[in-house]
Amino acid sequence: MGSSDVDFFIHSYYEFKLFGVTLSINTTMVTTVIVCLILLALILFARHEIMKDYDEPNVVQNVVEMIVEKMDAMVVSNMGIHAKKYLNYVEALMAFIFLSNISGLFGLRPPTADFGTTFGLALITFVMIEYAWIKTKGFGIIKDLLDPFPVFLPINIISEFATPVSMSLRLFGNVTAGTIMLGLWYALMPWFTKIGIPAFLHAYFDFFSGAIQTYVFGMLTMVFISNRYD
Amino acid sequence: MTGITNEGLVLACSAIGAGLAVIAGIGPGVGQGIAAGYGASAVGRNPGAKGDVMSTMLLGQAVAETTGLYGLVIALILLYANPLIGKL
Repeated sequence: MGSSDVDFFIHSYYEFKLFGVTLSINTTMVTTVIVCLILLALILFARHEIMKDYDEPNVVQNVVEMIVEKMDAMVVSNMGIHAKKYLNYVEALMAFIFLSNISGLFGLRPPTADFGTTFGLALITFVMIEYAWIKTKGFGIIKDLLDPFPVFLPINIISEFATPVSMSLRLFGNVTAGTIMLGLWYALMPWFTKIGIPAFLHAYFDFFSGAIQTYVFGMLTMVFISNRYD
Repeated sequence: MTGITNEGLVLACSAIGAGLAVIAGIGPGVGQGIAAGYGASAVGRNPGAKGDVMSTMLLGQAVAETTGLYGLVIALILLYANPLIGKL
């Protein structure tokens, strides 16, 4: 017991030099690969179960179809006629973020507790928002940037670039707060408080908070993109 | 003030600053409470619209939470990735 046991940091496992820059394989990369492999395994398992007996749906097929139908209905209700183009992106994004957030339940350090991961995800969304904007408006975006007066140009540009920063910081802050709370609890509390009580902390910080943040990230992605089509 | 090193002073002030930064959590707490209260009253008036009210409320609360998280991020930077120590 003591502050030396506190451990919720990103560790570097292996360092190498590439073009004179020191790069490292760290915790986030390893856990991201693990999360992606688990996602891939789940998908292949579901596919195998569905293909096994095509005429008689079994339990796995029913559950998977229910999840996909709910997600599709959510995207369609938010994006309307543009939903078809963005279904795959939004659902893959939400699946990855959700699995990343709850990976703290299984003893991993969540990949979304690293600002690099969340900022990368937010940058993809940002590119899609700007693409939708330029595609619908063309050169009309200059008129939008000068709205309502030309003096507002810097403010509009800053608010445009604030979108990915605030989205990524929201996800990062929530997941990191949970990771730090649990790391402090495991490191600093006496041994008898580690029986049973962390289950509730995990249920709140990893599962509940993670699910809400997944929903919020996907929802904001959909809302921002479909706003650009109006 | 004898016996206090420069590093010690910067670290102590950083800890105080981190504590002050998380006071930013008051605002989002009040805002989320107000949003939840109005959400509850909306569901009470129109129980059929519970799903829509819930999703709108959660989205608004998550956006309101952002300012508090900025304070948290500043506190984390001050505690674990202190930029001021390097300037001594």
